[in-house]
This record gives sequence, C-alpha cells and structure tokens, in this order.
Amino acid sequence: MKKEIKRFAVALVLAMVFALACGEQTPSQAKGDGEARDVEETREAITLNGAGATFPYPIYSQWAHTYHKVTGTKLNYQSIGSGGGIAQIKAKTVDFGASDAPLKPPYLDGIGLIQFPMIIGGVVPVVNIEGIEPGALKLTKDLLADIFLGKIKKWNDKRIKDTNPELKLPDREIAVVHRADGSGTTWIFTNYLDKISAEWHEKIGTAKAVEWPTGMGGKGNAGVAAYVQRVKGAIGYVEFAYALQNKMAHVKLLNTAGHFVEPTIETFQAAAAGADWINAEGFYIVLTDQPGEKSWPITGASFILMYKDQEKADIAKAALDFFDWCYEHGSEKAEELHYVPMPKEVADIVRKLWTDELRSSGNSIWK
Amino acid sequence: MTAIRKKSAGASKSDLVYRLVAVGAAAVVLILMAGLMLELTVNSWPSIRKFGVGFLGSTSWNPVTEEFGALSSIFGTLVSTAIAMIIAVPLSLLIALFLVELAPPAISRPVGYAIELLAAVPSIIFGMWGLFVFAPFMADHVQPVLRDRLGFLPLFDGPPMGIGMLTAGIILALMVLPFITAVVRDVFRMVPPVVKEASYGMGSTTWEVTRRVTVKYGFSGLLGAVFLGLGRAVGETMAVTFVIGNSHDVSSSLFAAGNSIASTLANEFTEASEPVYLSSLIELGLVLFVMTLLIQIAAQLWIRRVAQKAGGGL
Repeated sequence: MKKEIKRFAVALVLAMVFALACGEQTPSQAKGDGEARDVEETREAITLNGAGATFPYPIYSQWAHTYHKVTGTKLNYQSIGSGGGIAQIKAKTVDFGASDAPLKPPYLDGIGLIQFPMIIGGVVPVVNIEGIEPGALKLTKDLLADIFLGKIKKWNDKRIKDTNPELKLPDREIAVVHRADGSGTTWIFTNYLDKISAEWHEKIGTAKAVEWPTGMGGKGNAGVAAYVQRVKGAIGYVEFAYALQNKMAHVKLLNTAGHFVEPTIETFQAAAAGADWINAEGFYIVLTDQPGEKSWPITGASFILMYKDQEKADIAKAALDFFDWCYEHGSEKAEELHYVPMPKEVADIVRKLWTDELRSSGNSIWK
Repeated sequence: MTAIRKKSAGASKSDLVYRLVAVGAAAVVLILMAGLMLELTVNSWPSIRKFGVGFLGSTSWNPVTEEFGALSSIFGTLVSTAIAMIIAVPLSLLIALFLVELAPPAISRPVGYAIELLAAVPSIIFGMWGLFVFAPFMADHVQPVLRDRLGFLPLFDGPPMGIGMLTAGIILALMVLPFITAVVRDVFRMVPPVVKEASYGMGSTTWEVTRRVTVKYGFSGLLGAVFLGLGRAVGETMAVTFVIGNSHDVSSSLFAAGNSIASTLANEFTEASEPVYLSSLIELGLVLFVMTLLIQIAAQLWIRRVAQKAGGGL
C-alpha cells in the first residue's frame, strides 16, 4: 500500500515538472512559429480554389502548374462539371466557379456574380462508318438536326447521299450517341441544333441535359468517344481535343456563310472573332452558328464565375492575377492542347469588367 | 467466499458492458436504415410533391422542362436484373452441382478458387471489359445471329449495336454468377453424406440423388443464394453504366439502349443543379432502396415458407 502511494507521488511530481517545463517553453515556441509563418506567407503566398467545367480542365491544370512555378500561387481546380461549379460558387465553398454554358445576366445579378470567358473550344460531330475517312463526310444543318432527331435512320439515306455523292455510304443504321451526364458540351451542341432546326427548338431546346429523341448515352467525352469507336454506324459529338486524341473521323459542317468547314483552331478563332464581345451584356455570348466564311458552327467559350463583392481582397486579387497571366502568357500552352486562347481585345474588355464590377468592402480590387 | 462473490460481481458487470456494447452495435444498423430512409424521403420531397405517384409511371425524363418519371429506370433495372438471373441461376446451379457431386478434388478445388477470385474482381473491370471487348463481340457475332434467327420476336429486333439491355444483363449475370455459385456450393456441401448414401443405397441414380435429395435438402439455402445475387444485380452501378447505353427509353427490344436506376444516378448526379432535378434523382434512389427492401422481405418470407413446408435441412 505504502509503496503504491510513493510511486503515485513520484509520478505526480514528475508530471508537474514536465508540465511546468512545457509551459515555460510554450511562449517562446509560439513566437518562433509566428515568425516562421510570416516568412512563409510572403514566400509561399496563396492557394486558390476553383471548381467546375471538365472541358477546360486540361488547360487550367497546365496553366496552374506553370503559374505555380513562376509565382508560387497554387491553384486547386476540381473538374466536377459545370453544374457542380455553379453549385459550389453559390455555396461559396470555392473562390471561383467555371461553366461551359454562359449564365443569363438576370440569373448572375440575382446571385451577385460576374462571368467572363477564359478559353474557346469547339464541339465536333464524329462518326464511325466503314470506309469513311476523317473529314470526308459532309453534313448540312438539316441533315445534322434530322439525324439527332432520329428522322434519318440509315447512312445510305438519299439526302445524305445527295450531299455526299462521291462517298460510298453503307446500308447501316445510324446509332446516335450523346452524353449521358449533364454537360457544357451538350449545352453548346444542343444550342446549335436549337438555332438551326425549328423542330428541335420546339421539341427539345437547349440545356446541359435534354430529353434525347433517339440514341444512347456515354458518360463524359471519353464515354461518347468510346461508344462511337465501338458501335458501327455511330455518330456522336465530342470536344475537339478528344476527337484528335482518339483519331476519330470528324464531320465537315456547313456554316451559315454556306461553306463546308473543317474543325481547326483557325475556324474556332473565326467563329470567336465574329462575336460582339463589347456589347454583350454580362458576357452572355454564345458562339454557335456565327457568321463568317471560315467559322466553325459549333464553337463555345468556357466561363469563370466570381462574386462581385469579394470578402477577401487578397484572394480575389490573386485569382485575377492568375487569370490575367493566363490571358497574357497562356496562349501557347492553350494552342498546344487544341484550345483557342481569348483574343487580346476580349481580354482587355474582361479586365475593364474586373475594374468596374469587382469590389471588396467598397474598394475596387483590380486597378 | 468473498473472493468468489467479488469475482462473480465483476463478471456480471463485464457481462452488462458486453451486452450494452453489442446492443449498441446492433442498434447502429437500425438507426442507419431509418436515417437513410428519412434522409432520402426528406430530400426527395420536392419531387414527390410535384409528381406524386405519377413519378413511378411516367417515362419522361426531360431536364429542360423539368418533367421526370422513373418508369424507364425501373423498367431497365428489372429487365437487366431478370436477364442476369435467367442466365446466372441455372448456370451457377450446374457449376455448384458439378463441383460438389461430380468433380474430383483435383478439379473442384482450383475451379472453386477461380470462382472465389472472380467474385473479387471490381465491378469497374467488368464494365470496361464489357465495353471494350464484350460489346463489340455481341455486335459482330451474337446479336446478328439472334436477329436473323429470332428477329420475328420484338425482343430481338433492332440494330445490333452491342451496347444495350441484353449486354448489360449478360455482364450482370457474369458478375453475380460467382456469388451464387459459391453459396450454393457450400449449401450442397452441407447436405449430410449419410442422407445421400441412403438414397444411393436404395438404388437411385446420381441424377435422382441430385434432384430428389441434394437440391431438395438445400432448397432454402439455394433460394437465399439466389436472392443474394438478385440484391447485388439490382444495385450494380458501374458495370451497367458502361454497357447499358444510358437512354431514358422503354423499348421492347433487348438490343436497345436503356438505363437502370443506379446507372442514371451515377451519370446525372454531379450535374443536376436544379432542385427538382436533384430531388427526382434522390427519389430514384429512394425507389431503389424500397425495391431492395421489398426483395429482401419477399426473400425472407419465401425462405421461411419453403423451410416450413418442405422441411429442408438447412
């Protein structure tokens, strides 16, 4: 019994000594920590959080990688889809959201957001027909719309043959492939069909996911690409980069100026150049079915969403610095990955928008 | 004396703790179930209020006008599961019988291991294999033959695309096959040899022993195995999403693309930003939850009745 008490007392004393020692140490340690943190803050700077569209993810991550090396600012971008990006910015869990479909100005105002375009890309119809090379098949507006409406059922349909007299088209059913998930790509594609076909406009409309009259759905650009490659007689639509990477047979489309055009960076640029960026309210710009001889008809921009009223000026400034750097120095990387960088004039309009609209406790962030 | 009493008091105390912990652990399951049900119902309330019972009977799935119905998903889930069970149940029964009754240990052991390994393959692997290997094979070699021979049936009409309900059903069958086989094999193994020997002793053939004794003796266990496979097939997600074609249509043709509840959820959940859309998806989840629950209840009732009536041994 006595022994135990003794042991206990010794342990107690030891514990108290230890606690005192630690207590003494704590203030000096905390001081040291504080200094270290200050140094790190100036050296390592900020981490930006963004979420949204999957389509620009490859270029955003490339830009972020290079930018981190140059400036030390880290970007953490989660490609969870445009819808997810909008939801996340609404919940204020990220510093910026990203969407392939532009939001309507009243909707933006309702939440207090601004949007601006970051990058341009094209959506390309791709086919898998025996003996048809990339770029060989030509489709007019009516043909494209009627195929996706399920009205043209076979590849050797007379109307397709009339447009493509030099091709030998097989007697095979057309298998339409669309996106199964909601997608900005689908938004751009259905927006085009909406514009060129009265029936599409009436029955289906423009959205990130629609009630498809025919066909099957693949998950993501990769899913659509996989289905088109594996199903004979298939036609689907993917982002240009996916068509190139998978060496898929793209289709030539008839644009509004009456020319059959190939999907290339030049034709996307032509479509973007024709747009009236200055007068578009809230950058609500849709690049489908643009005038111009060389314009690719299914072109679209990917947008960034930010709050007009920023709580943390330093974070907002860091985000704008990053976007500014992308406009300034990101073109080469973008073209490498088959995206079209924003024209200089558009970048200037965006910068003006930042100056005019973005505020943190009343002060403008971008000067 | 006192020492013993102390000890027993300590024992009953530890017993109490043990009991409380065990009851608590069991309660977690019930609380989890109730919580899931509640959460699903609450979150699908906007959709339930908007569409009512009509949700279950409507085939429209239109995110633009926000008109949603579950019929095509329920249909797809039931049809793909039915195809899977029609193929997997007889096949796994035969495999199990072969392993238990006919095969010498030198064969039955490695085959048994192979089946257990197959059960451990992740479902995404089945999905990818289904999309890249099996679907083209179906399109080139199976579906054209079916269409030529049986095309007069609406079931086998339509373009052979490889992707669709039939392919999804077969992939599902391959996935549940090892589960059912493994359980059925164990059930058959538990039939006491003395019962079988008695039957042989009365001059029965192997087939008669199998049919009259082994299968009958283990029938309730067999049913359990089937329902285990069924439960897995109903909720299977990734593999089905890869090959079912993901279209919100109800088609009489097994070649046509369709969707299941699980595949629709996997595809559309991330991008559903409008409240009614999201709520409809959650209601789909609720429907799947209830479906699985009903299947399990039916299974339990059936197994109990079979066990009472036939007086099987397991």
